[in-house]
Amino acid sequence: MTDPAIATEAPLHAEFLREPWDGLGLPQEEALSYQRFGATFGIWIFIASEVLFFGALFLFYAAVRAEHAEAFATAARETNIVYGTLNTAILLTSGLSAAAASLASEHVPLRRLTQWCLVATATLGLAFLAVKGMEYRDDIAEHLVPGRGFKLPEPSAQLFFGFYWLSTGIHGVHLTVGIGLVARLIWIGWRHPERLPGNPQVEVTMLYWGFVDMVWLFLYPALYLVGRPG
Amino acid sequence: MSTRVAESPASLADPDELALGLPESYLSAGGTLGSWLTSTDHKRIAILYALSVTLFFFIGGAAATLVRLELFTPQADLVGADTYNKLFTLHGVIMVWFFLIPSIPTTFGNFLLPLMIGARDLAFPKLNLASWYLNVIGGLITATAVLAGGIDTGWTFYVPYSTTFSNTAVTIGVLGVFVSGFSTIATGVNFIATTHLLRAPGMTWFRLPLFVWAMYTTSIIFVLATPVLALTIILVVAERSLGLPIFDPAKGGDPILFQHLFWFYSHPAVYIMLLPGMGIVSEVITCFARRRIFGYDFMVYALVAIAVIGFFTWGHHMFTSGMSPYAALIFSFLSFVVAVPSAIKVFNWTATLYRGQVGFESPMLYVLGYIGLFTVGGLTGLFLASIPIDVHVQDTYFVVAHFHYIMVGATVSAYFAGLHFWWPKFTGRMYPETWAKFAAVLMFFGFNLTFFPQFIAGYLGMPRRYHVYPPEFQVWNVLSSSGAAVLAAAYLMPLGYLTWSLFFGARAVNDPWNASGLEWRTTSPPPRVNFFGRPAVLAKPYNYHPEGAAPLHDEPRIPSQGSLT
Amino acid sequence: MGSLMPAWLMPVAASTHAAKVDRIFIGLTLVSAAIVLLVVGLVVTFAIRFRRGSNADRGPLPEVVSREFEIGWTAATLFVFVFIFWWAASAEIGAFSPPKDALEVHVVGKQWMWKTQASNGAREINELHVPVGVPVRLVLTSQDVIHSFYIPAFRLKRDAVPDQTTEAWFQATKTGTFQLMCTEYCGTDHARMLGRVIVMEPQDYAAWLSAQPEGDDLAHQGERLFSEKGCSGCHAPGSTVHAPNLAGIWGQAVQLDGGKLATVDAAYVRDSILQPKRDVVAGYAPVMPSYERLLSDGEIQELTAYIRSLGAGPREVRTPGVPPLSSRVPGAQSERSPAMVPGAPVADTPSPAGPVVRP
Repeated sequence: MTDPAIATEAPLHAEFLREPWDGLGLPQEEALSYQRFGATFGIWIFIASEVLFFGALFLFYAAVRAEHAEAFATAARETNIVYGTLNTAILLTSGLSAAAASLASEHVPLRRLTQWCLVATATLGLAFLAVKGMEYRDDIAEHLVPGRGFKLPEPSAQLFFGFYWLSTGIHGVHLTVGIGLVARLIWIGWRHPERLPGNPQVEVTMLYWGFVDMVWLFLYPALYLVGRPG
Repeated sequence: MSTRVAESPASLADPDELALGLPESYLSAGGTLGSWLTSTDHKRIAILYALSVTLFFFIGGAAATLVRLELFTPQADLVGADTYNKLFTLHGVIMVWFFLIPSIPTTFGNFLLPLMIGARDLAFPKLNLASWYLNVIGGLITATAVLAGGIDTGWTFYVPYSTTFSNTAVTIGVLGVFVSGFSTIATGVNFIATTHLLRAPGMTWFRLPLFVWAMYTTSIIFVLATPVLALTIILVVAERSLGLPIFDPAKGGDPILFQHLFWFYSHPAVYIMLLPGMGIVSEVITCFARRRIFGYDFMVYALVAIAVIGFFTWGHHMFTSGMSPYAALIFSFLSFVVAVPSAIKVFNWTATLYRGQVGFESPMLYVLGYIGLFTVGGLTGLFLASIPIDVHVQDTYFVVAHFHYIMVGATVSAYFAGLHFWWPKFTGRMYPETWAKFAAVLMFFGFNLTFFPQFIAGYLGMPRRYHVYPPEFQVWNVLSSSGAAVLAAAYLMPLGYLTWSLFFGARAVNDPWNASGLEWRTTSPPPRVNFFGRPAVLAKPYNYHPEGAAPLHDEPRIPSQGSLT
Repeated sequence: MGSLMPAWLMPVAASTHAAKVDRIFIGLTLVSAAIVLLVVGLVVTFAIRFRRGSNADRGPLPEVVSREFEIGWTAATLFVFVFIFWWAASAEIGAFSPPKDALEVHVVGKQWMWKTQASNGAREINELHVPVGVPVRLVLTSQDVIHSFYIPAFRLKRDAVPDQTTEAWFQATKTGTFQLMCTEYCGTDHARMLGRVIVMEPQDYAAWLSAQPEGDDLAHQGERLFSEKGCSGCHAPGSTVHAPNLAGIWGQAVQLDGGKLATVDAAYVRDSILQPKRDVVAGYAPVMPSYERLLSDGEIQELTAYIRSLGAGPREVRTPGVPPLSSRVPGAQSERSPAMVPGAPVADTPSPAGPVVRP
């Protein structure tokens, strides 16, 4: 996972070395890169777990949609495709800056680039949430909240919007956690600039960010493109 | 120097055993409450878990006692319908999520996994501590639900009862389960990373003790099944508290879909409860038979096969829900197939005894009981995998008896086997052996008296979750309730004599059972850093006799080939 | 085989299916007992013979190596288990579809009672009278939460799920009164959601049936609803609206818009009433409004029974507005006779299928 040629370019700080990785009897540099590998390995297992979490959500969607295809298509035409598409663009761009931050963090001279990429990632994440907030406001104004006074007559259309609110909400929570983690890295980079390059937490955070990005790539067609052929 | 060490209360019983510059044991590395609650030492976290798990076990046990008392007569004379419903729900929720699932992995797994593979700690010690807090917070949230009036849905939370009809504190209860789910995922991530990355030199995959393999396969289920439960809980909460239509049949939602999602988690969860116990049995039976495990490779493959096939059998919980007959046949077939590796494990344990030097110390008694109870539990699983029989006994006491044989008869016996086997290592003290043997025998007979009559009551047609029942079932319920009283006494006894041993027990030597595992190659209790120097592994596990020849005498293990520090 | 188990360990077996289940149960019990005896016997023998310090022979291990043992007992276990699977599964497949002439009984579960209604009109609460030796098909649904309809003596259990229908069938072999219970936990009085199934000789059943208060049977109620709710406005042949004629479609395959085929059964009729735009028959415009919330579960069951009763009968349909002169449901209420009860001795010529002219 870590190319040693690149890894050695970043200075390895002794304070990054944690228990129990310091007790392996390895030279410090090797221990550090092994610990870094361990952190990446751990987050991949966690992402596998998250895949099953969202997998169950999409299974739920698939099962209900198979039963109520017509109502889902009708209901999905009520979502706001302009906001949805805008948000997809925002999030994909943040994925680019996140990947750049992850790669740049492995080189000392690119410390400032790393920092700016992190800022860009967090800002784009916030922008996503802001757009989402505007979309929510419009949805509420259009009576798209399931329950009394719902806009569409078909009861199963409410199932679609149940999924809509729930899935975007869960995704929003994941994104908020991601923004928090990135903000923490920005804070580290600001207070202790020397701790940013080579810090294993950058790659770990960015892998998580990438995963949250990917979830949206599945949600976008499921929520906005269904029922809008051509 | 050794004199000074001997004076320290928690140091070696026999200071000559390892006359090195001994660091103090993990127990004496700070005695304040704060030092325990902030410790990232996997051994201390294991002790924290052991305390919380024991507390939950006795809460769940108290609920079960009241349930059995109520069922002594066919009428409702102790508690009313609603109270009874809350009691069995409390029993199920606490026992499943706060005792059975965390019990062995978070106590024995936490303590022993790093020791067995020769590591200093788990890969992510802070995450490990966080997982304990999450578990306790989850448990407290669920306990809050009890204080807020209880939950009456059963531990399965079937919709639409749990979402639309129940007037009890369902949301708080399931949120507690949700929080504790993070704890199990964290433990799973930690164990998988530790097993992959922190094995000592020479500890290859096929030299791992079977307990480590059991922890590894359990962790895979932790990581891949728990998130599905987490999502299912979110769906229930969203419907119940946020008013979003999810499973509501009136809006076209499908309550059966909930059951699919729920059992996709909860059937693998049965293997979460089962596999760790299998690991303990393999460790204990080899040690007290002085034999290598019979068919090590097959034992490993069986664990992996159970973990993998276990993900594809969930549908057998739903044979009566009107599922397609083709789906039912496939689930039935896979349920038979998943029983094969379990049978292989039983045969291999039996064969391990052959030509051994079998001793009957208390851990071995628990294990011998385990083999009998697990065999009965496993075979009755075949009854439930056969669709026509399952249709008759689904949701009756037959099912209740079956899963108690697996989860209580087998897993709890294994838990007590492990507790007695490693108690000297955990605490540095020996317990009174006679009491321990008595408790083991009492537990076996109490258990059978409690649960065997339930098979009969179930086949005769007594449904579960009934607080009043037709009088013809009374004889079986009286037998069962009497057995429960014996069982309760047998569970309380270790609480007494193990606590006594903490203060008055004899000091334990490093390796009181003359066992082969790496965890015995250090002091009892181990120091903070686990080992003195870097352990290296030279041979396969269970190295009790030369390969190809059974132990002629009760020989000690062979240090020249065994695991060395 | 039944004599292998003492009677007090076996519940009463009072259906054709119960005997099959008991055979499998006893067979499986014998196999399991043999395996338990083998395992426990070996464990005890080995533990005692090779107890620590005993002078049993522990020389070099026998020639047969562990690998052959492992493969041997893996294969043997797999074979036994697959055999049991095949045995149980074949019994299940054989018993899956009910016979065609089964008496249909609609069951609705609600907290905490069972409502049953037979297609011949008998309505009961927490009771179900059936004739012995006659196949009975149950169509179950629920008004609130999931219940499960369990008759231990028949080894029969089926969940009643809200807004879905499930089916099961049985054929009683003994007369008597048998317990009916709910086995899916459904709230406070789950344990009191009990009932009785009374199996009677066909003559007694006929007598009981004729003593029941006169109420329209399902199909006749459905026929009334058909015009009351305005279905006939479009689905009658003389209607100006282009809508499918419902006579003679039951059990047939119909061509849907988009090329798929659908079989007209209870689920399809229910879907077509509640979600008419989902599976539109080819050649028709999706103009029918949804009747969701306008019809209760019971009313849908009645309409379904009506369409079912039309069978492959003649295609003349009453013009809306004209008072009903004839009923298209075979066997009008007033004509209920023992002959209508499947399995009952035929006392007179059974009424022919087809239109019956009311006096």
